[in-house]
Amino acid sequence: MEISGFVAPLLGGALLGGAAGALLLGGGRVAGISGILAGAIAGARERGWRVAFLAGLVLAGVVGALVAPGAAAASPRPLGVVVVAGLLVGVGTRLGGGCTSGHGVCGLGRLSARSLAATLTFMGTGAAAAVVASKLLGGAS
Amino acid sequence: MSAAVAARSRTMLGFVAGLLFGAGLIAGGMTLPRNVLAFLDVSGLADGRWDGRLALVMGGAIGVFLPLWRLAKRRGSALLGGPLAVPDESPIDARLLGGAAIFGVGWGLGGYCPGPALVSLGAGLFDPSTLAAAGAFVAALIVGQRLAAATEPRIDEGSATTPPASSACAPDAPESAA
Repeated sequence: MEISGFVAPLLGGALLGGAAGALLLGGGRVAGISGILAGAIAGARERGWRVAFLAGLVLAGVVGALVAPGAAAASPRPLGVVVVAGLLVGVGTRLGGGCTSGHGVCGLGRLSARSLAATLTFMGTGAAAAVVASKLLGGAS
Repeated sequence: MSAAVAARSRTMLGFVAGLLFGAGLIAGGMTLPRNVLAFLDVSGLADGRWDGRLALVMGGAIGVFLPLWRLAKRRGSALLGGPLAVPDESPIDARLLGGAAIFGVGWGLGGYCPGPALVSLGAGLFDPSTLAAAGAFVAALIVGQRLAAATEPRIDEGSATTPPASSACAPDAPESAA
C-alpha cells in the first residue's frame, strides 16, 4: 500500500487517458503499447511516432525516478519468473492484439466488444496467476 | 499541411503522449509491480490484503479517453489530418481470447504489463535491480512477440505489424490504413 488514498490512481489514470486521447484526436493513432513496441521494432512504416512514444515512456521513468525516488521498483518475483512472464506477455499480446493500454483503456473507451472480451479475459487469468503465484512464491502482496 | 510536416508533428505528439502516459502510469502506481500483484491477487479479498485501487487507474483513464474519442469520431479525422486509424470490430475469436488469457497469466506472474515495464527501464537508470527486472521483462516480451508473429499467416510487407487478429490495441491499424 504505497500510494495513499484514491486520488493518485484516479489522477494517474486521467493523465494517461488524456495522453491516449490526445494521440487519437490529434494524430489519429491508438496508444496500444504492445503494438507500438512491435511496430517500432519491426514495422516497415510509421516508425517515427512509435519510437518517439516509447522514448517518452522511458524518459518518464527517468524523470519520475529523479523527482520521486521509489516511483518504480523491481518485480518481487525471481528474475527467472519475470523472464517467463515477459515471454507470455509478448506471445499473448501479439495473439490477442493488445494489452492493458490498447484493450483496457483505448478499447474499452471506444466501447469495443472485442476489447471488453479481451480485458475480462486477461483480468481473470491475471488474477488467477497472481493468486497461484503468490501462494507458491510468496511475498508478493 | 504537407505529409512530411504531418508526420513530424505526429512524431512530436507521440513523444509528448508517451511522456504523459508514462507520468500517468507512475502517478497511478502501475510502475510498482508489488502494487499490481496486490491488485490481481484477489485471495487478499478474504483477509483484507486486497488493494483495489488500481481499478481507479483504468476508470480514470477511460473517463478521460472516452469523451476525446467521441470528439474524434464526430470530427471523423485527426487534428493533424488523415483518418482515425482505429481497428475494425472483427469477431471475437479464439485467437483474441487465447492471446488475452496468455497475456493475463504473464501479467499476474510478473506484475508487469508492457507500458509500466518500459517506464521502469528508464527508472532503472538509478536502480540496478529495477533495471535488471524491467530489462529482462522487456527483452523476453520482444522475443515472445516475435515468436507469436512467426505463427501468423505470412503477409509480405511489415508482416510483424499487421497481425490478422489485430484489435483495439492495434497500432497496426495505421499500416493497413496507410
